Amino acid sequence: MSKFNVLEHEIVPEHHLVPVEEEESVLGKLNVTKDDLPKIGINDPTIKALEEIHGKLEPGRIIKIVRKSPTAGYYEYYRVIVKSVI
Amino acid sequence: MNFNNVSKRIEKIKFALLSPDEIRKMSQIRVITPDTYDDDGYPIERGLMDLHMGVIEPGLKCATCGGKVDECPGHFGHIELAMPVVHIGFIKEIKSMLDSSCKECGRIKLTDDEINNYRIQIEAMDFSTTDPEIIDMTLKKILEMAAQRSICPHCNAESPKVILDKPTTFREGGIKITPKEIRERLERIPDDDLLFFGIDKASARPEWMILTVLPVPPIDVRPSITLETGERSEDDLTHKLVDIIRISQRLRESRDNGSPQLIIEDLWDLLQYHITTYFDNQTAGIPPARHRSGRALKTLVQRLKGKEGRFRANLSGKRVNFSSRSVISPEPFLSMNEVGIPEIAARELTVPVLINSFNIDKMKEWIKRGTDPRTEDGKYLAGVNYLIRPDGRRIKLTDQNAEINSERIDLGWTVERQMTEGDIVLFNRQPSLHRMSMMAHTVRVLSGMTFRFNLSDCTPYNADFDGDEMNLHVIQSEESRAEARIIMKVQEQIMSPRFGGPIIGAIHDHITSLFLLTHNNPLLSEDDAIHTVSYIEFDKLPEPVIKDGKKYYHGRDIFSLILPKGLNVKFKSHLCAGSKDDKCEYENDPADTYVVITDGKLLHGTIDDEAVGPFSGIIVDKIFRKMGPQAASKFIDNVTRLAVGYLSHRGFSTGIKDYDIPKEAISRIQEISNETLDKIEKLVAAFRSGQLQPLPGRSIEDTLEVEILSATGGVRDESGKIASQYLGLNDPSVIMARSGARAKMLNIAEVAGMVGQQSVRGGRLNRGYANRTLPHFKENDLGAYARGFIKSSYRAGLNPTEYFFHSIGGREGLVDIAVRTSRSGYMQRRLINAFEDLKVDEKRRVEDTIGSVVQFKYGEDGIDPTRSDEGKTVDVDYVAYDEFGDEQ
Repeated sequence: MSKFNVLEHEIVPEHHLVPVEEEESVLGKLNVTKDDLPKIGINDPTIKALEEIHGKLEPGRIIKIVRKSPTAGYYEYYRVIVKSVI
Repeated sequence: MNFNNVSKRIEKIKFALLSPDEIRKMSQIRVITPDTYDDDGYPIERGLMDLHMGVIEPGLKCATCGGKVDECPGHFGHIELAMPVVHIGFIKEIKSMLDSSCKECGRIKLTDDEINNYRIQIEAMDFSTTDPEIIDMTLKKILEMAAQRSICPHCNAESPKVILDKPTTFREGGIKITPKEIRERLERIPDDDLLFFGIDKASARPEWMILTVLPVPPIDVRPSITLETGERSEDDLTHKLVDIIRISQRLRESRDNGSPQLIIEDLWDLLQYHITTYFDNQTAGIPPARHRSGRALKTLVQRLKGKEGRFRANLSGKRVNFSSRSVISPEPFLSMNEVGIPEIAARELTVPVLINSFNIDKMKEWIKRGTDPRTEDGKYLAGVNYLIRPDGRRIKLTDQNAEINSERIDLGWTVERQMTEGDIVLFNRQPSLHRMSMMAHTVRVLSGMTFRFNLSDCTPYNADFDGDEMNLHVIQSEESRAEARIIMKVQEQIMSPRFGGPIIGAIHDHITSLFLLTHNNPLLSEDDAIHTVSYIEFDKLPEPVIKDGKKYYHGRDIFSLILPKGLNVKFKSHLCAGSKDDKCEYENDPADTYVVITDGKLLHGTIDDEAVGPFSGIIVDKIFRKMGPQAASKFIDNVTRLAVGYLSHRGFSTGIKDYDIPKEAISRIQEISNETLDKIEKLVAAFRSGQLQPLPGRSIEDTLEVEILSATGGVRDESGKIASQYLGLNDPSVIMARSGARAKMLNIAEVAGMVGQQSVRGGRLNRGYANRTLPHFKENDLGAYARGFIKSSYRAGLNPTEYFFHSIGGREGLVDIAVRTSRSGYMQRRLINAFEDLKVDEKRRVEDTIGSVVQFKYGEDGIDPTRSDEGKTVDVDYVAYDEFGDEQ
């Protein structure tokens, strides 16, 4: 059985890794510090899936999530990877 | 992060245990007598009401601090327990320590290597930054591992499994371990091992979880009350403490004079019971301690826990002054921004007025009036209740001292004057489910004893007048008055943040009235028209129609009087909502399919729920958007008045004869109902012979049910259609249903045609007796009548079995509502607690109190739904229509 990739499931929104060079401009655009970003656990299945592509991801990297929104069409959300909560 | 408006931030909270020594040290007296007062009513020395623990009677002085009643804060005492007892709050901790430590040497049952490794792991975790859940999980894992081991790695002693026999007994191999033994074991646990149990060795020792000394709370915590009869009634806690001392004493005596072990153990258990219930009288597994009257005692945990507990009832929520509550009733001649207040309430509720050079003369005049002034013809006038001096002292104004006091006031004084017309107050109905449950109104003082308001405000408050009560709060500061006026006033709340449309509008009879006034544009005689129009303010009468030399006025022209100039709308009315091809079957003129308003003149169409009702209210919506809240509220006020003016003059009523349908209709309904019964019989027969073809994904039984349900549903719809063919728009009930004022056509079909299939949980009725719903039917009868089909109409009346089935169906509705409200209420409470301190900042970002982002843009699009057009940013089509009309 081929391995299942959560990112390909229709109800999982797009997850992108923000390159380290772009992090500063993203944070500048959002006008937040990294600590204030919403978080995503490193054990989250989507992070595991992203690691397949980008190699090991460390806490502190920023993930861009693009979802469909009933109010705004497409909406960009950002999360910072943190050590797992559980 | 923004720390500017944070005065203090909690860095950490430390929990510790009281040691027996500490309890003795903070105690002012050792209590040894289980009595309270002697025969003269004087506190017994060393009793539970000893003067060392504080005073509650005036005249006495505290034996500890010498303070009088309000000066002494109260002091603790203590009870020396004859034998140690388990503290019910630490059962879990005690269990885990007994499990994971060695019974002989007291060390945690881990090897030295393990201890070292885990110690490093735990000490590496910073308690202020690490998620407490992670700490918890780690400790749990370690303790579990130690508990698994039966041989101690340190002294090789074997520890049998300890079983907790709830709530407070511990057993080892079936034999009870006494609290004394438990205490000895806990004493053996070395300080250095405490880390693994989550205990800070600097602030607690595990054996303190076994009580040897019990603190006695100050008398101020458990005051006794004196009834009018002179009888004293003690607080529940005192009662419990009496029990504890009494049993402790008996236990000590029995132990000292060498009573049999059995008796001692019984007393010990009893002491344990009393102390357990002293802490928590709802401990699972033991009967709650009761008062002589049979009422369960309210002990320590009960004081704090739940909705009636200290936190939710006294700290999160408090009783307030300057508020009042009364029954509500309707008053269509008040504006939607007003509230009618009974005089008696207006005299009691006050507004503080700070005296300055502009108002001093006026306020002097008001003070002179005293507390109960009236005009010469007996009308209400506001008086003054209190004066507050600049030093904060209050002077109660009476009719005797009014004259003198009016001369005493000066700049800097505050005068608490009674309510007067135009004051702004907050008005609220519980449950306060959304922000429109609490709105600001301006005051009108009325005679009578109820609060009154315009009927259009019923929807946001979800109020009716079958006995509902509402609360009213008088605003006490100038800032809050301004805020209330600008953002909380009813007219500012017309638009709901839930769906971006108006939530305030005409209801029930008002819709009916406007429907009658505009449907097919009736002609009103001059007298009728003048009467109707006398209820509203208007510039000049519309152009009359002259017929036979008499003046007549069109209903739509009269309605147009209350429409603001410059309003352009076109929409389909509720009446014509389902019509296709721009042709409405209920309108004589096809042009009336659409309601057309051009420059504030109603040209075509019928005004009904869609135009002015709450939730839809297109006219209200457009007026609010184009001309603002003031214009919208004026329109709604006028709608109420006009509707009442017209309908009360014209008359409107319905009765049973409005549901009379001709014989042939009845027999046709009979016919189709018989057809359906036949069909159901055939289906059942097919089912029994196994010939019924199952629907995809369903069993044969399910298929039969589905088929029968659709058949019975069909026949009800059919009969409804037949009935409504004979009930046209001249029928009052139909007018109400078609205009959206009240009820649906379905309800009319039930009255005139047939009630139809009753259901419970979406299926036909099937419970009750063995294999049948009622003993009137054969077992396993799957026929229509046996399973809750009602062929009668409400008008014809239901036969006994039908009536019974109808009651079953009706009961389900009631139960559903009861269950739903309690469940959604609790869910809402949790949501509010989770969201209460989120805020939207200037950049429309949603963040919590520490500045962590929740949404980068509020609602992802940054749009306030209140200002949106039913969720959309802007309705381009309407803007175009408003600007250019139909030709685009």
